[in-house]
Amino acid sequence: MFRKKIARTWPEMKKNKHAYVLMAPYFIIFCTFTVIPVLLSFFLSFTNFNLLETPRFIGWQNYARLFVQDDIFMIALKNTLLFAAITGPISYIACFMFAWLINELPPKLRALLTLVLYAPSISGNTYLIWTLLFAGDSYGYANSFLMKWGFTMEPIQWLQDSRYVLMILILVQLWLSLGTSFLAFIAGLQNVDRTMYEAGSIDGIRNRWQELWFITLPAMRPQLMFGAVIQIASAFSVAEISIYLIGFPSVDYAAHTIVTHLVDYGSIRFEMGYASAIATVLFTIMLTVNLVTQKLLGKVGE
Amino acid sequence: MKLVLKMPKRLNRSWGVDLLLFVLLGGVACFMALPLVFTISNAFKPIDEIFTFPPKLFVRNPTLKNFTDLVGIFSDSWVPFSRYVFNTFFIAIFGTVGHVILASAAAYPLAKLRFPGKKLLFNIVVLSLMFTVYVTQVPNYMIISYLGLINTYWAILLPAFGMTLGLYLMKQFMEQIPDALLEAGKIDGASEYRIYWQIVMPIVRPAWLTLIIFSLQNLWTNGSVTSHKYIYSEQLKTVDYVFGQIANGGLVRTGPVAAVTLLMMIVPITVFIVTQSSIIQTMSTSGLKE
Repeated sequence: MFRKKIARTWPEMKKNKHAYVLMAPYFIIFCTFTVIPVLLSFFLSFTNFNLLETPRFIGWQNYARLFVQDDIFMIALKNTLLFAAITGPISYIACFMFAWLINELPPKLRALLTLVLYAPSISGNTYLIWTLLFAGDSYGYANSFLMKWGFTMEPIQWLQDSRYVLMILILVQLWLSLGTSFLAFIAGLQNVDRTMYEAGSIDGIRNRWQELWFITLPAMRPQLMFGAVIQIASAFSVAEISIYLIGFPSVDYAAHTIVTHLVDYGSIRFEMGYASAIATVLFTIMLTVNLVTQKLLGKVGE
Repeated sequence: MKLVLKMPKRLNRSWGVDLLLFVLLGGVACFMALPLVFTISNAFKPIDEIFTFPPKLFVRNPTLKNFTDLVGIFSDSWVPFSRYVFNTFFIAIFGTVGHVILASAAAYPLAKLRFPGKKLLFNIVVLSLMFTVYVTQVPNYMIISYLGLINTYWAILLPAFGMTLGLYLMKQFMEQIPDALLEAGKIDGASEYRIYWQIVMPIVRPAWLTLIIFSLQNLWTNGSVTSHKYIYSEQLKTVDYVFGQIANGGLVRTGPVAAVTLLMMIVPITVFIVTQSSIIQTMSTSGLKE
């Protein structure tokens, strides 16, 4: 049976030689720098690898430790889920809404607004500006504004107070989030065939919302899928802005995320096996969310 | 006839909702622009205005001193500044061109051809997007050093060629191309390579311009992170690495740091403006109609 399948596959592969030739250069590089490291890390998650000794196989021990003994991981898990549940959907919808609104504007204005909305995420580490805006003394813009208008009498330690840090993180992430998918949506919207709208209005589409649901969204399904994957990846793997904005580790671990936990074990304690286990858990969560999202997106326009 | 011409391109619009939506859009745009305005204005503030209380958003007596100070800092470094600039441009341009060509060549079969293993390959690509880079850093370092690429441009370029995002984006765009168009090419006797290069590539131009922006941005802003890890000799480092060094200089250098932040922002934004205008141009003639 298996042999038969191979016997059928081989001529099929030979017939499609050109497909493999076109893909080869990319996939050789992709495997070397992405697939192999990921597989290696999977394997390492079952070992006690610490970069110095040769890795020793310890089975599920890392995972058991993660879920049973590691209280801080639970905080990180809770923060990450909360963070992702807020920023993920909001920024995904915002990306689409703004792309959609901008698309109807005259070209010059559209270009300008695209730039303004996209600029935060394109300009590298400009999010560090927020440290100035939320500076803890009265020189900070947020504090000086609140004090001037009499909301508070003394400066608030925005970035050192465990009540505010996660909120600020969410705000900054939302500010940054009109990025990759936003741009992909804009390009996708411009690809939608204009004649479909005329056909739609003849077929009885009455308002812009019906137009959106029955014509625009289904036509953009490839971009919507793309956007969802990107948004999920970025909502769950937040770390950099937490580290640079709030500090590492954050006060009371209030802005600790799964990835900062991973950075802790991976680049500070050098427990690579444990860090790999954290990565694998995160991967599983993201994968599950992704599958559910893809299912939901499949229903668009029905 | 005149009446038909005057009709708006898009039907089914009401003024009230239009107004509401655009007020919303305007509000968000202001919020998004605030820190950028702040960066620009800070770069031109004299030192006493940076530390003024209460802080002001806009600059009052603009000065170029922050930028001239920067020149002073650069002239102290023992590798000429132009070398860093060359490295940055070399890596950004070469890395982007390589990535766009390799990724779209791989995306075309995945989107439009049928062959054994197609589904598997694509699933691997999507899965790999779900794995965080932090943990693959160590295996990556091991591979790069095993290949003998440490301290060469290749340590940055090769991984950039194989970025996942580009392939995925390209594949999604190519899926929208009508099959009839490709079949027409095949009937006219074009080989798959020719169809890819002369039919598919021109059609997905909006997508590869988007891809160019991503790739350039990635190489420009993450360049320092990677060059930190794989590149040790000062001659091969990039501009943003140097800028990062200045930014770490602390309070005394607050002025130059503001100037540096502005400079760091300007490059990707300029690239974006240039690419964006050509996206809009191609859009009107994209010819994606069945």
